[in-house]
Amino acid sequence: MNAEPNLTAPNGIRYVAKNLRLDLHLIAGMIAPDSRVLDIGCGDGTLIAHLARQRGCDARGIEIDMAEVAEAVARGLAVMHGDADIDLAHYPDQAFDYVVLSRTLQAVERPREVLRQMLRIGAHAVVSFPNFGHWRVRWQLFSRGRMPVTPTWDRPWYETPNIHPCTIRDFFALCVSEGYRVESWLAADQAGMSAPWRRSPRLANLFGEQGVFVLQRNANLTKDRPA
Amino acid sequence: MIIADSRKRVDHQSVRFEEGLSLDCGTELRELTVAYRTYGQLNRERTNAVLVCHALTGDQYVAETHPLTGKPGWWDAVVGSGKPVDTGRFFVIAANVLGGCMGSTGPLSMRDDQSRSGLPLPWGTDFPPVTIRDMVRAQKRLVEHLGIARLFAVLGGSMGGMQVLEWAALYPDCVFTAVPIAAAAYHSAQNIAFHEVGRQAIFADPDWEGGRYWEQGKVPARGLAVARMAAHITYLSEQALTRKFGRRLRSGPSLSLFDDLFEVESYLRHQGSTFVNRFDANSYLSITRAMDFFDLAAEHGGDLAQAFAGSRTRFCVISFSSDWLFPTAQSRAVARALNRAAANVSFVEVESDKGHDAFLLDEPAFHRTLSGFLSGSAAAAGL
Repeated sequence: MNAEPNLTAPNGIRYVAKNLRLDLHLIAGMIAPDSRVLDIGCGDGTLIAHLARQRGCDARGIEIDMAEVAEAVARGLAVMHGDADIDLAHYPDQAFDYVVLSRTLQAVERPREVLRQMLRIGAHAVVSFPNFGHWRVRWQLFSRGRMPVTPTWDRPWYETPNIHPCTIRDFFALCVSEGYRVESWLAADQAGMSAPWRRSPRLANLFGEQGVFVLQRNANLTKDRPA
Repeated sequence: MIIADSRKRVDHQSVRFEEGLSLDCGTELRELTVAYRTYGQLNRERTNAVLVCHALTGDQYVAETHPLTGKPGWWDAVVGSGKPVDTGRFFVIAANVLGGCMGSTGPLSMRDDQSRSGLPLPWGTDFPPVTIRDMVRAQKRLVEHLGIARLFAVLGGSMGGMQVLEWAALYPDCVFTAVPIAAAAYHSAQNIAFHEVGRQAIFADPDWEGGRYWEQGKVPARGLAVARMAAHITYLSEQALTRKFGRRLRSGPSLSLFDDLFEVESYLRHQGSTFVNRFDANSYLSITRAMDFFDLAAEHGGDLAQAFAGSRTRFCVISFSSDWLFPTAQSRAVARALNRAAANVSFVEVESDKGHDAFLLDEPAFHRTLSGFLSGSAAAAGL
């Protein structure tokens, strides 16, 4: 990443310039300028605002929380109220260059179908998710025999919206079984700082608090294209 | 000369188009008059024009004292200096719809197809049926007349929102942003049913005289008032009625059949009786029919997405949570059709207990959304 983090908010989440959350900064770095982007679960639209205003993207968002939608639209962003599990089906094939799903995959009802839709409507899918394989999660389950509660998995089991937790290795396996090509990936800590286990999925799975992946649907189709 | 209009006489600002207008029904109007008002200044590049489309009983008096009622403009809360549609920034145009009764060609206009005994006669119920698309074509004439090639925004609520959708479908290159509010891409069976109740109330009034009430200088005031009362209920919500009136009585409780007993009755009667002073019954029939005819998907082979295929317009679809006349589901259907067309669309449901009328009222969350969307779009348009 080209910009160094320079701010730390009281809640411990790090920000870079323009108040962009650091993990969103990682994602933004994976998206080519001037491209068409759909951000699923875009919240108040921080990422698309950055992409639209700093990188010249045609960036749009879907968000399920109406208060966040109203906030984003009032900021002049193209955001619509919608549900990732339902509304992606209404977009035409290949309408976007990138479809982004940031820290939401584990909360949707049908993650496999959402991924399939993302790669139907977009050329690339950018997915980030909290890693359930992190050593702290493993240790808590192993040592206490209770559902883990960590800074990343911070809600008790009975009220977490995260109904489909997975590990970084689980996600690699899913990409293999679905025939998705992993264009690039990285593991990051909770604040979104890129972690140095890029070469080893096993180490990344142990020490990364979240995974960020860029996928393509079919390796054969895209191999011959110039980068 | 027969005076078709029994209301107070007002000269409405208007423009007359000698070349007439071809209507969807196949009839040719030989001449077309469009009454309109403008607010703010058109910039030198002619890029800051905003067209406001009015609802069934609205008119061109958007942001000024109404010449007939003396009341503030119907969208005074939204249009004006420093308001969401800022007249300090935008050139706002509002036209009375085709079929209306505030100066545009409609049932009150003198007919152009014949002249019995040399006297000019008003159209009355012989006015050809018009559609939302006809209304939009008439507005397009006005916009061209004002020298504007592309509107920065077209916005409106209810029937105004139908016109917005029609504008975006019919003249996609002339609309930079489109804001349909509390609207739908077709008029539902339930809504047609409510309109039919209103029309039957007018027909049932003996003073309607088969639509020729103007010949005897009559007005079907009772029928029109009942139509307005029935319609007005659909513009509110149960919560709003409960909050405003509850079961409160006007006087002490006494079992009577016909007295003006509950406050809500009194309110509705007032709404009905004031309405007849400003609206023409045949115009009401004409415009309710136009709304009933509206089905944008049907105009495009049954697929609403086709209506917006290839559109580069930026859309902001807004609905209100307690609106049961044009419920959020219908706005969502519009938003999804826009998604299918890969159009740029924002879609917000504003939390409100004020029912369909919320778009006319002081609703800060709505105003903030609209204002933010227009500002963002203005930046994108380089305004």
